[in-house]
Amino acid sequence: MSTDTVISVQNLDLFYGDFHALKRVPMSVKGRHITALIGPSGCGKSTLLRTLNRMNDLIPGVKVAGTILLEGQDIYASGTDVCALRKRVGMVFQRPNPFPLSIYDNVAFGLRVAGIMNRRSIEETVEHSLKGAWLWDQLKDKLQDSALSLPLDQQQRLCVARLLAVEPEVILMDEPCSALDPISTAKIEELMLELKKKYTIVIVTHNMQQAARISDYSGYMLLGEMIEFGVTASIFTTPQDKRTQDYISGRYG
Amino acid sequence: MERHFDEQLQELKSHLMKMSAMAEVMIADAVKSVVERDADAISPVYEREELVNQMEIEIDENCLTLIALHQPAAGDLRFIMGAVKTNAELERLADEAVNIVQKAEHLLKTPPLKPFEIIPEMAAIARGMVRDSLRAFVSRNVDLAREVLLRDDRLDDLKAKIADVLTECMTQDSPAVPRALDLLLISRYLERIGDHATNISEITIFVVEGLDVRHHADQKRLVKRPYAPSQNAGK
Repeated sequence: MSTDTVISVQNLDLFYGDFHALKRVPMSVKGRHITALIGPSGCGKSTLLRTLNRMNDLIPGVKVAGTILLEGQDIYASGTDVCALRKRVGMVFQRPNPFPLSIYDNVAFGLRVAGIMNRRSIEETVEHSLKGAWLWDQLKDKLQDSALSLPLDQQQRLCVARLLAVEPEVILMDEPCSALDPISTAKIEELMLELKKKYTIVIVTHNMQQAARISDYSGYMLLGEMIEFGVTASIFTTPQDKRTQDYISGRYG
Repeated sequence: MERHFDEQLQELKSHLMKMSAMAEVMIADAVKSVVERDADAISPVYEREELVNQMEIEIDENCLTLIALHQPAAGDLRFIMGAVKTNAELERLADEAVNIVQKAEHLLKTPPLKPFEIIPEMAAIARGMVRDSLRAFVSRNVDLAREVLLRDDRLDDLKAKIADVLTECMTQDSPAVPRALDLLLISRYLERIGDHATNISEITIFVVEGLDVRHHADQKRLVKRPYAPSQNAGK
């Protein structure tokens, strides 16, 4: 994958029934970089994130207008295979959500769903994915233990490993650290910085400092609008919009 | 856990090292132009000054971004604050080299006054102080920093000595006054370079130990050491 624009959002409008949740939002996501979406609760950042692999389709009454191109292809075009899309654009959620299965079966799950039955190749992928999520060394001797027995940060990294197994192009993360303590948060952040060497990451975070620390590009959203989008270092040192300035310096509200 | 942030701090250190190496060469060239009456040594000093000025701006921007994006605390914060100040000290001591070559331009137009061993000796000490103070800063070596502080006294002594010699010279030979004044100022610039290196050493002690030793604040008990900072912080 190149470092060119992988996802291009143009004039995106989204309605939950009558509520206009996203207003003509633009965004450009660069490959192998981390893009962070920040803004106060209800600003639309999670909604925007969830449009990127059509998770909002599951909510009744949602209407989407505008364009989202993934590698140049409109993901809302009719005939789009949504399952294939979600394999290319995977998601990690706020609360770790491993399946009530063994560690091994969690990581192998996606492969089996995809019809891969070769034991050897599944084993290799499980090892590779756990290594990619920095879990292999700790967990290699207890792969048959229940995933639910793991501490939260390991559960969250297991969810990352489960994604890596199906080789996504883009990883969406919806406040992946909000259930974690600072040490676990630091581990996930370092993992993200490692993952961006191979994957494109879009993260929604309530933690501005987290966005500052790890992201290459940041977008500040307010009331459904993309107020400012740009290189993180510029957004956090010389924001162009007063509303961005107020938010990142803690004067919002 | 090795942090990505540490790599960025490392990069900042190497930029400061580069800048200090550049400043050291400037001092050497400047003194060469005076002592060896070498006009060719003058223009490289001006050229390097441009580069040093550029680096000063870049390092400041770099520090600003690191603070804005990483909200450093404790040892990391002291280190970045120390880097900002060291950056300014390096830029100023490079300016002193420029001051020296400006005097050299004068001096080269007139016959030599007489050989002075004190100027090269002062220059050698000042350069060594610059090099070692920066080495102490990047390697968090407070022993070396304290040792640099001691060398400043020798530089002050030499400056007093050359002032005596030049005063004597001026009293006896009035046409020599302009040249003697230039040399006096050069010794003053070298002494200032030592002062900047002294400041960098004091900054180093603050960064590593959290202890402010400026203006002998520690001896006057103006600053109490509030805690024993971790030796690993900001490494």
